[in-house]
Amino acid sequence: MADFDVVVIGSGPGGYVTAIRAAQLGMKTAIVERAELGGICLNWGCIPTKALLKSGEVYETLGHLADYGLKVEKASFDFGAVVQRSRKVSAQLNAGVAFLMKKHKIEVIAGTAKLEKGSPAPKVVVALTAGGSRTVQAKHVILATGARARTIPQVGMEPDGERVWTYREALVPKEAPKRLIVVGSGAIGIEFASFFRALGSEVTVIEALPRILPVEDEEVSKAAHKAFEKRGLKFRVGASVKKLTKSKSGVAIELEAGGKAETLEADVAIVAIGIVGNVEDMGLEALGVKIDRTHVVTDGHGGTGVPGLYAIGDVAGPPWLAHKASHEGVHCIEHIAGLKPSNLNAPIPGCTYSNPQIASVGLTEAQAKEQGIEVKVGRFPFKVNGKAIASGETEGFVKTVFDAKTGALIGAHMIGAEVTEMIQGYALAMTLEATEAELHATVYPHPTMSEAMHEASLDAFGKVLHI
Amino acid sequence: MPIDILMPALSPTMEEGTLAKWHVKKGDAVRSGDVIAEIETDKATMEVEAVDEGVVEEILVPEGTEGVKVNSLIARLSGEGETAAPAPKAEAPKAEAPKAEAAKPAPAPAAAPAPEKAAAFQAPRGPRIFASPLARRIAEQKGVDLAAIQGSGPHGRIIKADVEKAQPASPGASQAKAPAAPAPGAPAAAAAPRQVQSLEQMGIAPGSYDLIPLDGMRKTVARRMTDSFRDVPHFPLTIDLEIDGLLAARTKINAMLEKQGVKVSVNDMVIKAAAVALKQVPEANASYSPEGIAMHHHADVAMAVAVPGGLITPIIRSAELKGLAQIATEAKDLAERARNKKLKPEEFQGGTFSVSNLGMFGIKTFASIINEPQGCILSVGAGEKRPVVRGNELAIATVMSVTLTCDHRVVDGATGARWLTAFKALIEDPITMIV
Repeated sequence: MADFDVVVIGSGPGGYVTAIRAAQLGMKTAIVERAELGGICLNWGCIPTKALLKSGEVYETLGHLADYGLKVEKASFDFGAVVQRSRKVSAQLNAGVAFLMKKHKIEVIAGTAKLEKGSPAPKVVVALTAGGSRTVQAKHVILATGARARTIPQVGMEPDGERVWTYREALVPKEAPKRLIVVGSGAIGIEFASFFRALGSEVTVIEALPRILPVEDEEVSKAAHKAFEKRGLKFRVGASVKKLTKSKSGVAIELEAGGKAETLEADVAIVAIGIVGNVEDMGLEALGVKIDRTHVVTDGHGGTGVPGLYAIGDVAGPPWLAHKASHEGVHCIEHIAGLKPSNLNAPIPGCTYSNPQIASVGLTEAQAKEQGIEVKVGRFPFKVNGKAIASGETEGFVKTVFDAKTGALIGAHMIGAEVTEMIQGYALAMTLEATEAELHATVYPHPTMSEAMHEASLDAFGKVLHI
Repeated sequence: MPIDILMPALSPTMEEGTLAKWHVKKGDAVRSGDVIAEIETDKATMEVEAVDEGVVEEILVPEGTEGVKVNSLIARLSGEGETAAPAPKAEAPKAEAPKAEAAKPAPAPAAAPAPEKAAAFQAPRGPRIFASPLARRIAEQKGVDLAAIQGSGPHGRIIKADVEKAQPASPGASQAKAPAAPAPGAPAAAAAPRQVQSLEQMGIAPGSYDLIPLDGMRKTVARRMTDSFRDVPHFPLTIDLEIDGLLAARTKINAMLEKQGVKVSVNDMVIKAAAVALKQVPEANASYSPEGIAMHHHADVAMAVAVPGGLITPIIRSAELKGLAQIATEAKDLAERARNKKLKPEEFQGGTFSVSNLGMFGIKTFASIINEPQGCILSVGAGEKRPVVRGNELAIATVMSVTLTCDHRVVDGATGARWLTAFKALIEDPITMIV
């Protein structure tokens, strides 16, 4: 007899959302969590970084208040209070997840899960946090164990909590380092670089690929590079880290860029070079779960091939984003329930909460061309957008990529203030399979920065109005 | 406020007509839908219905007046109950304009519509098809009929993936299937396998034209005509007919039928003669199918009726067994209900032969496209006075040219010629029709 209909392992945005949906569908549900409810996202990722970045952004604004005709005497900050606020935000949301579990009568099992052969799904053996162990049998087990920072101990890129940090240490520093090196210019690296730079650190970002934010459209990367440099960030692109050496007083990083060697010194280094899936020590191999590098291989609905075992979110592969995990989780559980879930391969927007912000969805222009798609590209800069001018936030632009043959919107890329709040408009359009006709016909409110989205879609068809 | 009733156009190109009969007189109360008058062109008669309620205040054009210009004022209603509500549209442009209702996609037989009895009205609309904008566009580009696709999106919405899966039918498959699947209203797979270029690709600048979306009828016409013209090996045969005898007979017949209130048109006589000729040359009353040639027992003659937005082909069943009065009555009723979108599918699906008439436009000859699975379609031109040679003398006769388009898979040239010879004999000596 099964104890539960569904046991979800991991309570991040993939796991807890899946559990709620399962409970809504009338399934008796349990969730296993070895650390904090809400997972990395709420406690050590998306949310606390946004809290820090807000502090950084407000402080940065104080630096140019005169632009708005305002004055402030001697702006300063209390670094401890900034970090404390970020922790409080996480704590609040963590409590929120606990409430949601209770509300949906989802049993929370605190402990570390391992899987053993079972029927109709693998047995879940939990080493309880409080001591002892508990074995539960469910009809369906959903792995939502997430991922963690990738490290390379061989070259010294391993966190020690003092001189070398991952995102985790970087979220609770005692003080802002005077000199900081960030290795990796993806969203995580750029966000920390942005935050510490806003609070006055000297920051250098090292990127192995030829440009920063390498997954973004090239034009966006270029504009971001410029905008960050304007704020005092330094970059080394196309640079590979040969060695990271720690000393009492700091770190030294030996680089090689374009055949030239260089050594950078700093007080602290943050390692943000990607993530690895949490697939170890759970008995997955013994069950015959297929693992590709550090990620569980799944079918179109999260199935692992092992009866009753599914995987969703970061552990099931890229893109490593909270909203992708939630989407996959809901899809998976609705599929299990015999419903017809929404398209698993819906377009997934990606956001970087630096200053300026970056947001995108779908294909970059280069990706589209690689796929042999004939494209129509539109652009519109915020510097001629009324609301942006009024807000003093004229940096950045919107870029759209259309399939020239069908008129389908296949990609959108934005850099500028609050673009992370706007990208969903394009995601919605793509999900509804809009063509340029619908994007052109949509009425955008004036004055808003979103008007630039309208103009960028008009521009792709030679109909831009305000240039 | 009085309501003006204007001379209706029976076809988009009609300029004038005869006000044959008033069904109401001054002081009569009329309600929306009441037949108030009959309008006649050279070959067609149609009834005019009231759109508004009211009392006939004035009749401005007396019965029998010829050459009444379209849109000229023919009568006036006083808006009854106008104190209760504002009189509906004094400028009502067409007294007969009926409301279009959702209609089945019409069959689309002939290239040539017969404009008689066609009245201006709204284009028909099929049931709404839920499809994403991108799915619609790709379907259009691929020539895929959305009506034939099962949607896999939310609530059965057709999405891009569904259209991409649906392949336009290959020409071979469509040829093999065409005669076996005649149901004109049935959703079929795609029309053309070829990639249709966009207007822009063909050098028409965007913005330089207005685009009228394709409705169900237009799509059906496009698909069936494309299939037929591409897949049916067809050829035209033209012959001249002297119709003075026929016109004289018609005058006599109509005088005789006046009491019954029936009026026979030239087209009604063409239908009758065609039906009798089909009995005399049964090889022409046939359909090709891969299993064999279907020899039809009766001459079910379809007549092309133009309606704005397309055309439809109501059928006079077993026309060879019916008298002219009955054909005239049925034809009038069918055309009128075609116009009102009131035809039942069995009334426009499954004829064995078609007649299309463009004579009233002065068209001399034309060759219609085969209305699958029928073996032949007859295109009727204008009757006009022409010089003819009798013996060695030049004479004047009213001559009408007709063209028979034949499906060569079932009707060979000699068969078509024999049918035309039989048809000519019937038309030129109409008394033989009654045998």
